[in-house]
Amino acid sequence: MNINSKRLLKEKTMGGAMFFITILSLLLVVVMGVGLYMKSSPIFNELSLLDILTAREWRPAKSQFGFFPFVMGTVWVTLIAIIIAFPISLFTALYLTEYAKSVVRKYVYPALDILAALPSVIYGVWGTLVVVPWISKKLGPVFVDYTSGYTVLAAGIVLGIMILPLLVSLFVEIFSTVPMAMREVSLALGSTRWQLSTKVIMKKSLPGIFATIVLAVSRALGETIAVLMVCGNVPQIPHSIFDACYPIPALIANNYGEMLSMPLYEAALMLAATILFVVVLVFNLTSRIVLRRISKND
Amino acid sequence: MKSSPKKHRKKFVAAIAARVCMYLSLLAVFAFAIAIIWAVIRRGWQCITWEMVTSLPGGGFYIGKSGGFLNAIVGSIYIVGASTILGLIISIPAVFYLNVYLKKTSKLAYVARLAYDVLFGVPSIVYGAFAFTLMIAVGMRTSLLGGIITTTLLIIPIMIRSMDEVVKNVPDELYEASYALGSTRLETVKLVIRQILSGIATATLLSVGRAIGDAAGVMFTAGFSDSIPTSLTQQTATLPLSIFFQLSAPQVEVQERAYAAAFVLTIIVLIISLLGRFLTNKFSKHKI
Repeated sequence: MNINSKRLLKEKTMGGAMFFITILSLLLVVVMGVGLYMKSSPIFNELSLLDILTAREWRPAKSQFGFFPFVMGTVWVTLIAIIIAFPISLFTALYLTEYAKSVVRKYVYPALDILAALPSVIYGVWGTLVVVPWISKKLGPVFVDYTSGYTVLAAGIVLGIMILPLLVSLFVEIFSTVPMAMREVSLALGSTRWQLSTKVIMKKSLPGIFATIVLAVSRALGETIAVLMVCGNVPQIPHSIFDACYPIPALIANNYGEMLSMPLYEAALMLAATILFVVVLVFNLTSRIVLRRISKND
Repeated sequence: MKSSPKKHRKKFVAAIAARVCMYLSLLAVFAFAIAIIWAVIRRGWQCITWEMVTSLPGGGFYIGKSGGFLNAIVGSIYIVGASTILGLIISIPAVFYLNVYLKKTSKLAYVARLAYDVLFGVPSIVYGAFAFTLMIAVGMRTSLLGGIITTTLLIIPIMIRSMDEVVKNVPDELYEASYALGSTRLETVKLVIRQILSGIATATLLSVGRAIGDAAGVMFTAGFSDSIPTSLTQQTATLPLSIFFQLSAPQVEVQERAYAAAFVLTIIVLIISLLGRFLTNKFSKHKI
């Protein structure tokens, strides 16, 4: 065998191996979906998906698995997080791309880096140390008679800060795909930088902004430990932001130990995981495809 | 045509208001970052003792008696170390397959990148739940190995996507020069690898940071234990879970140890994050 065919053989075999590894890691998405669904399917023999999602009673010992309080908990917490994080991240990203000198950027990015790097359990610790007491002692009494502090609001605040770095970095990425010429034209016509930001940059980036929010929502939906530590974990439908709640990831995390002891309990929890997976999958796919288009068009 | 002075004023008032909002937002970003670190470090510093970092939980640890959380520190190091190595073994070939072996317009590459993005977005609790069902299916118990596998799955998409970004920026000329000299694609990979060593380092640090902080994934799969595991089949404690469990205890002494452990974890993560930024800055200067 001469040296060239040896080289080609090496190239082919390694290529095959690399292809195999790539496909294997790709298949994880499919295997995960199928695996989770199969584990949760026993529950469908007794109840339909719609029943489970709309029922309000959660009594695993009696085989009553109502997801509605948990779904509502997730929705509330996520909503608060987005309401807090969206304006802050939008203004920050606009400032970074349209206003800031590079000196400012040099200090802002490390701060965002740190926020992104902190583990969720640390956010949880901070939440119990600072946010929860603040709500129960300072903010809560202004609005309601009593609140423990472990509330929708606490979870929303913590989660909002957690998704800030993701939002800012994606916004910055989208805004920088707007061509420089557009900025120059707008400024040359006498617009202020703010008019440029709203009427050119944000208008042009609208699909991207939307996709980014969807992505941030999907990130917020799955956040577990930090939320679990500050949300109160009471399976009820929250009526105000000063009520405790119980989002879906917290449900899964809190009950994993006992789930094998009761019939259908495991299936119910796995169904919760499946729902999370499917929602996150759909949200991620749509927003990533939109974001891909935007960065390609520049 | 001249616009009225009133309209003019409105335009500048809006501009100033927006500027104020931006400064406030920037301030908020800084304030959050500093407030979190300050609160965790200050509280942890009050609680931490040398004994906590260097000893295993003693008798009655969870009712506030003596001992430390060395088991959690070592457990985390085991899991993070092993899964980082496994992750690199899987993600480096995948990245080069996508970038060198496949064409730029390849459908497979598009789908693959999309899939990794989606996997990156899947919450770690779902990874945990999935790995747990997998482990039950093959008759495995919660163990160090389970934790390693879950964490590996969790960091593969992060590694691949962040290395991918770096490899994408390698100029086409480098490939062309390499092919023109008659190299095969595999030999070109060896060339490209040298260009992106810093990218691999950053990706690794990023994954280590994510892996060390992950609690929801290992909760199902690694279990918890008061001793340092001596084999892959034993359960192991991890730092985030140790913080979580101790903080939910009613005794103040136990909670204080949670704050101390949070202090340790925060310092580790901060060092990793700073190191990552340092590497990016240092190496981005010397690339072709």
